[in-house]
Amino acid sequence: MKSHVMSQLAALEAESIHIFREVAAEMERPCLLFSGGKDSIVMLHVARKAFAPAPIPFPVMHVDTGLNFAEVIAYRDRWAAQLGLRLVVASVQDAIERGVVKEEPNGSRNRIQTPVLLEAAAREKFDALFGGGRRDEEKARAKERVFSFRDEFGQWDPKNQRPEIWSLYNGRVFPGESIRVFPLSNWTELDIWSYIAEEEIEIPSLYLASEREVVERDGMLYAVNEFVALKSGETSQKMSVRYRTMGDANLTAAVESVADTVAKVVEEIAAVRITERGATRGDDKVSEAAMEDRKKEGYF
Amino acid sequence: MEADLLRFATAGSVDDGKSTLIGRLLFDSKSLFSDQLESVERVSRERGDEYTDLSLLTDGLRAEREQGITIDVAYRYFATPRRKFIIADTPGHTQYTRNMVTGASTADVALVLVDARKGMTEQSRRHAFIATLLGVPHMVVCVNKMDLVDWSEEIFENIRREFTEFAARLRLRDLTFIPLSALSGDNVVTRSTNMPWFDGAPLLSHLERLHVASDRNLVDVRFPVQYVVRPQSHENRDFRGYAGTVASGILKPGDRIRALPAGLETEIATIETADGPVSEAYPPMAVTITLKDEIDISRGDMLCRPNNVPAVMQDIDAQVCWMDESAPLTAGKTYAIKHTTRWARAVVKQIDYRIDINTLHRVEGVEGLALNEIGRIRLRSTKPLFVDPYLSNRQTGAFILVDESTNRTVAAGMIVRESGS
Repeated sequence: MKSHVMSQLAALEAESIHIFREVAAEMERPCLLFSGGKDSIVMLHVARKAFAPAPIPFPVMHVDTGLNFAEVIAYRDRWAAQLGLRLVVASVQDAIERGVVKEEPNGSRNRIQTPVLLEAAAREKFDALFGGGRRDEEKARAKERVFSFRDEFGQWDPKNQRPEIWSLYNGRVFPGESIRVFPLSNWTELDIWSYIAEEEIEIPSLYLASEREVVERDGMLYAVNEFVALKSGETSQKMSVRYRTMGDANLTAAVESVADTVAKVVEEIAAVRITERGATRGDDKVSEAAMEDRKKEGYF
Repeated sequence: MEADLLRFATAGSVDDGKSTLIGRLLFDSKSLFSDQLESVERVSRERGDEYTDLSLLTDGLRAEREQGITIDVAYRYFATPRRKFIIADTPGHTQYTRNMVTGASTADVALVLVDARKGMTEQSRRHAFIATLLGVPHMVVCVNKMDLVDWSEEIFENIRREFTEFAARLRLRDLTFIPLSALSGDNVVTRSTNMPWFDGAPLLSHLERLHVASDRNLVDVRFPVQYVVRPQSHENRDFRGYAGTVASGILKPGDRIRALPAGLETEIATIETADGPVSEAYPPMAVTITLKDEIDISRGDMLCRPNNVPAVMQDIDAQVCWMDESAPLTAGKTYAIKHTTRWARAVVKQIDYRIDINTLHRVEGVEGLALNEIGRIRLRSTKPLFVDPYLSNRQTGAFILVDESTNRTVAAGMIVRESGS
């Protein structure tokens, strides 16, 4: 007799598909945030499954900080074209030149992404934005709803969230308001990698270990590239590294690794003892509540 | 066998050792990361705590850390080779019934913590009641801090007896008691050597082996249509599929089905997924169904078997938990109602009674239900809903109410039965 029990990955996929369909059915103008990072890659893959054999019924958008890895941008463009999706690019560089936002002294464009995102979302009249955020990533995210209500300024109010009971999602908004939707809320980093392996999803090769020229700063390994130049007194060395996250090329650190296949990455992630953001993201180290603060301003 | 998914809800306050227990499960299953632990240790040290406060792992918001309170449901994840676990961790104070309801709504198991020194409290009764109300199929009573009562079998047995007597008034299907010490780890992941008199499994083994497959309703076929898939492309020009998540029952190609509300009957042609057609669909699979005959079906309709249909009703009796602080539930007021994939409007015809969740007594003659209050009401909806009693179907027996002036979700509802039946 069949057990009629779904594997946990199949159950997570089904939950995410349900969320995509719910938003497509109830919201006027959804859009999926697609950066070419692993979470958004999985998100797009599941979205395709939700509507097959029809195409994905919404466009994708990328907030391009101008500091992205070239390979990731190429991946983004190729996938959007392959799936026949309209790609909206909101450019931070362009916004700086227009005077909409100002470059921050520390060189991080993480925070100034937010006004650029909000401007593009308003211009396109998007009322629902899918993001690849996961609750295991960060403490502020652990308490965020799957359907996260945002006011007309895109702000998140953690103390005033709509109760979310069963899978009865409430996406009702007044004009100007919107929701952020996190279909991968219940996935962990290990789930993402196991799914990439199981579904044989193509990913940017930066996620796999390879000999790269790196420099060590504050205990983190940064690949030397067009965005990261050696400062005086620094020396670089060749090491086998891979990326666990894909943020801006100037602030995203690599981790030492010999995992040159997805299967080996899954093994490494299963044994790893430090969170992906703690290991690789200079931008999250600002304060204990860095993510919470950015979210309140309208960040993902 | 591939790992499956188990969702459990915990409720309780820091005093019960709930955070310590969760910390212990995460730590011993190697799901706690070193930078998370360091960050918690640092904050504890800076605050001058005498011990590392593991609640800081879950209490991530600024206001929570500043005020030492838990505002909301936090979700935590850990996995063993057998299962992935999702913990809905809810604060235990009286005013947080709303959060407990939220956490319990999707849980397979409710963990109720009892301090061995204090025995059963109003809080543990309340947790047990809410878990039962929300139809959580399994309950584990963790009698914690056994180290502080000399690992006494007698104390454990007294608590077990008292709790069992109380539980007889609830409709609990599966109740298990485990004596443990979250602090020292006895009976959490490994078997305690201090309590040889206990012949049950440690908590984690129990959660790993708990049989949840039979909790799902595989008998009554209910498929709420969520989205109509109609590709506008040349190659799939004739494709018309009804996408949705199986609420209950098992669907197979060739099965006769009836579509509600129209009542028309046809046969399932294929059950499609992006990975190809499947020979059957069961809960909670997300699939797309194609039918032999073209009949008019849209979102909010429901597919079921001709000889096993839900009640098609506009008058509904339900238990509701009120979740809004800005205004109470009021008789005569109209709300938006979402039931499966169907929206309607519903007027509150009558409030039958409020339930005192500490004594389980019915309080009649109430004017309204305030935040965190639970009561029995009668609704009339603007269009028919396709309902089953919540006790037999957690998907088609549940609904939410939304205040149309604020768009906030204001109530969780559990259908008792169809009015007048």
